[in-house]
Amino acid sequence: MAQTAHRSHPTPAMYWGIALFLAVVTALEVAVPYISALDPVRVPLLLIMGAIKFGTVVAFFMHLRYDKKLYRTLFLFGAIGVIPLFLVVLLTMNAL
Amino acid sequence: MSSQVAPVEAHDHHDIRPIRKAAMWVFLGSECMFFGSMIATFLLYRNDTADGPGSEIFDIPFTSASSFVLLMSSLTMVLAHNSFEKRDGRGTRIWLAATALLGITFLAGQIYEFTEFVHKGLTLSTSPFGSSFFMLTGFHGAHVALGVVMLLAMVFLSLDGRLHEERGLNVELVGLYWHFVDIVWIVIFTVVYLLQV
Repeated sequence: MAQTAHRSHPTPAMYWGIALFLAVVTALEVAVPYISALDPVRVPLLLIMGAIKFGTVVAFFMHLRYDKKLYRTLFLFGAIGVIPLFLVVLLTMNAL
Repeated sequence: MSSQVAPVEAHDHHDIRPIRKAAMWVFLGSECMFFGSMIATFLLYRNDTADGPGSEIFDIPFTSASSFVLLMSSLTMVLAHNSFEKRDGRGTRIWLAATALLGITFLAGQIYEFTEFVHKGLTLSTSPFGSSFFMLTGFHGAHVALGVVMLLAMVFLSLDGRLHEERGLNVELVGLYWHFVDIVWIVIFTVVYLLQV
């Protein structure tokens, strides 16, 4: 029977390290709106940092990086499907 | 009291765990659409305050602390799952209880925040901004509350040694649900709070 290759899951120490990384990104995120020099790049910066946190939790805490490709496909179908949904709603209502 | 979790029959001929897990991922994918439509609605009405309060009443330091609490609950959840896989019943219970406690702390913060907003004149019916804000964050809070109930149920089930991977509440599936609640908040915190101040 064909088996999907699985990478080994992170260790508890690695989970603590990932949590520390997420905490640091959150602290940076919170600081951005208070630094006026970053105002021109505030929106892309916050979106990128949010995406990094989102991806980190999905990949490592939800184990999508280590699990079957099928699960990744099923989830990404919904997660990426949100983007056209956003565009349709906001363009239809002239909000972009 | 059992210190071990129920044995896992990894090679059961009728092992439906992969099917249940796939179903959970389908559910989470559909939940992305659900919250996506609510976030799009909020973005649509974010400036329609009908002369009522708007995003200026947000307390970013307070919400940041709540966000941090929920983020750390993802750590305790993954540690609970790790303990469960090692058949460490005590560790599983401790981390599940810690996750539930952090979830309750987040909910308490949300109740406090909602109460403050109502005192400042922002209610569900004040404006389209208020309606879309409370619907979005309220539905997220309801998801957190459901997650807390499942976590506490698992703590009690594990006390009797009735926490099985094959049937009923499953640590991995509840963990996926809990992490999903966390990633939805990551998006809400960025889009609804940080981008509006």
